Formats: sequence, C-alpha cells, structure tokens
Amino acid sequence: MAQRHGDTLIFSAPPVIAAHAAVGGKKESRSPLAEGFDELSRDNRLGQKTWEAAEKVLQLRAGRLCLQKAGAAERSVNLVLAGDLQAQCTASNYTMRELDIPFAGVFGACSTMAEALGLGAALCAGGMAEGILAMASGHFCAAERQFRTPLSYGAVRTPTSQWTATAAGCCLLRPAGPGVLIRAATFGRVQDYRVRDINNMGAAMAPAAAATLLHYLADTHTQPAALDCIYTGDLGRVGSDLLAQLLEAEGIGPYHHEDCGCLLYGSDPQVHSGGSGPGCCASVLSAHILPRLESGELKRVVFIATGALMSQTTFLQKESIPAIAHLVELAAPAAAQEE
Amino acid sequence: MHLSSEEYARRVQQAGPPSPIVRDCLWAFCVGGGICLLGEWFRQRYLAAGADPDTAGTLTSCTLILLSGLCTTLGWYQKLAARAGAGSLVPITGFANSVVSAAIEFQSEGRVTGTGAKMFTIAGPVIVYGTAASAVYGLILWLAGLI
Repeated sequence: MAQRHGDTLIFSAPPVIAAHAAVGGKKESRSPLAEGFDELSRDNRLGQKTWEAAEKVLQLRAGRLCLQKAGAAERSVNLVLAGDLQAQCTASNYTMRELDIPFAGVFGACSTMAEALGLGAALCAGGMAEGILAMASGHFCAAERQFRTPLSYGAVRTPTSQWTATAAGCCLLRPAGPGVLIRAATFGRVQDYRVRDINNMGAAMAPAAAATLLHYLADTHTQPAALDCIYTGDLGRVGSDLLAQLLEAEGIGPYHHEDCGCLLYGSDPQVHSGGSGPGCCASVLSAHILPRLESGELKRVVFIATGALMSQTTFLQKESIPAIAHLVELAAPAAAQEE
Repeated sequence: MHLSSEEYARRVQQAGPPSPIVRDCLWAFCVGGGICLLGEWFRQRYLAAGADPDTAGTLTSCTLILLSGLCTTLGWYQKLAARAGAGSLVPITGFANSVVSAAIEFQSEGRVTGTGAKMFTIAGPVIVYGTAASAVYGLILWLAGLI
C-alpha cells in the first residue's frame, strides 16, 4: 500500500521495474549512451511513409522489446499508460492499435514518463494491477513539423533551443519481485514563471522541477545529499543552470544533479542546450539510469521529468508557458542494495 | 519559492550563451553576398546571350528560384541556412525555400489538403503584407502626384 505525505505517495511495499527497453533513431545511435539502447535505427523513417507512423513504430518496438526482455505475454499486462507529443497523443493511440492490452493515454508533454511511472506504481501498490507498461516516445521530425517549421526550411536555431529526441522508452511495472524499486512518487503542480520563449523550454521548466523536488524533500524529510543523483528530464544546459540557481535560493545543497537531455547527446553542438521530448528521459532512464541502479552503482536516485504544457495556438496567442514536473524515487533492487 | 517571477526573468536573460552575433553576421554577409554574386553572374550570362535587361533580370530570378527549390529538395539549403541565417533567408532563394519546404513537408496530408493548403504557410504573410505595402506605396505616390 501507499501512504500520502503532502504531495508524495510513499510505497511501503515498493512496486518494481521488472523490465525496461529503450529504442532510438539516427542521432541517438551516435549518443554517448548508445550502448545502453536495445535498438537503434539509422533510418528515422523506420520504413514508414510518414514521421508520425515512424514514431508509432518506435514506441511499439520499445513496448514489444520490454515484454520480450521480461519474458511476459501481452495478456499478463493489465494496463498500458503511454503518451507522446503528437496532437491527441496519436503515436500512443496508434501503438495501442497493435497491442491487445487495456490502455489509458497520459499526457504531460516531456514529463509523461515520470507521470506514467508514478500512476503505474500507485496502481500496482494498491493491488489493482499485476503488470503495467509505462511508455513514452518522441520523434524529432514529427515534433518539428507540428511545433515549428518544415524540416527542410532554412532557419537558425538559438543557443537556448533543444533537440527533440527520436526515442522511446518502456518500463514493465510489477507489484513485487526482482527489479529496481519505485519507493515514492510526487505529482507536480503547474508552475508558470512567465517565460514566453518557445526556444527556451529549459527556462520554462526549471521552476517546475525545483518545486516538485522541494515538495518531495519536505514530504519525505530527505536531505539532497542522501540521494546518489537527482536526474531531471530535459532541462538542458540552460535549464540545469537555472535549476541550480533556484535551489540555491531555497538553500538546498549539496547534491549531485544530472540532466537526461545533456546526457543523451553529450557535447554535440547541433543540439545546442540539450535533448528534449518525452522519449528523451524515457530512453535515458532505460539505457542509463536503471542499469546503474540494477548493478548497485547507484543506490537511491530521484527521476524528475519536466514538461512544457503550451500548445502552438497558446504560444501564438502570446500566452506564457506553464510547466510541470513529476518525480519518482528509484532505489537499487534489494540484492544490489547490500553490495 | 523564494525567487520572484521578475528576478527569475532577469536570470533567464543571463542564462545560456548569447547568440554569436559577429560570427552570425559574417556568415550572413558572405552567404547572402555569394547568392547575389551568383545572381549577377547569371544576369551577365543572360545579357551576353542577347537578352534585354528586363528579361535577363526575370530569367535570373527564375534561375535562383529553381536552384533553391532543387537544393531544398536535396536537403542542402537548410544545412547552409542553419549557419547563414538572414544571408539565405533574405534573397529570393529564401522565399523559394519557404514554399518548397512546406510543399514537401505536407505532401503526406494529400496534394490538395496538404501540399496545396500548406504550401504558403510561411510565405503567405510575405505575399499578403508585400501586396498591402505596395498598395499603400501606390496610394502615397498618387497623393504626392496630386500636390
């Protein structure tokens, strides 16, 4: 069961991530984390006619690989919680056309993976599910044509801009058993610090990450130094710098922070501030964070995925960008904890 | 949280590297100038081939539009533009790129509802306000003639 402390659910019998998979595209195959991916495609179209269909294939591959790695059949999964950036979450909807599993679409923009993990963990811990898939995906080309300009349109990207990862990540949650433990989940509150620059999402999302982290630390009486790492989703270099300033103003420290958007592409100058998109942190979680927890190299971390909640319409109407961050606390499996 | 929106906005301004203005300007100057130089070279060739100045100008524009469309289709123009910025945006080749890129991008939504409807998504405002500005200019010219 779970206990509520403030905004945080603490699972006394933590659900586990029994299996996970990460799939990526062309740029991701040159990532410093490429070895951790289960499948990388040199063709961003993935054999499809449209970018939207390509993203669907990406997410479907992640889902099927995750089930395959767990040796689990589709019928052993009670629910899929999945989301993406395409309008009306269509990549997830079309993915689920291929899988015969009950499905609830979730949308938190780039925070979707943590949202799905938190909800999935709560359902597992509450005895309402024996198996849940949490999935999220993003595709650079599908996102560019939806939110910005056509791909072949000549434009200069600003230094604060970020690169939507062509990637998908999937985790299979079980109420108990071997696997990384989900010990707590904090669902975020929407924050809006009046950032209007669509090319500076990191700045829009950093306050949301800080707010959710502060709630978690207070709710669980945790000192940030007790965490091996605070992983944020896709703040990029600019957002990470701003998060550090926000936390310093709150008197929080010392702590170790890494951002999935920075980890995914390393120092690639083409991505400017870093990677972004729901698939960015979802794939880094599976390719980099979970393996390090499984090996015992990390004992306890928090994974905070951040999402910018504007639409192209509200942006053109000069609205500022509201942002949200959801957090899950992850711990090494019981066996690895003792090492 | 302790930081106010105003204080945060001030920090956002300072966060992140600024755009490399000098480098961007040099790229824009060289590429933009290069495109114009290429245009002038074509014009001289057309003049040498016996075209009158008006026809040579029109043929030059057509040639640059054709080349820009071709480069956009081959995926070269955006690679150049990622560095050249206004240098590749301002000349007529940039206008062609904005039309062709949208036409290619939205062909998956059909010839009419995709390519046809979305082709002028970027270039449309230029045509609208360009036409409107020329009408205003004409009006001013006419009024000036009355005085």
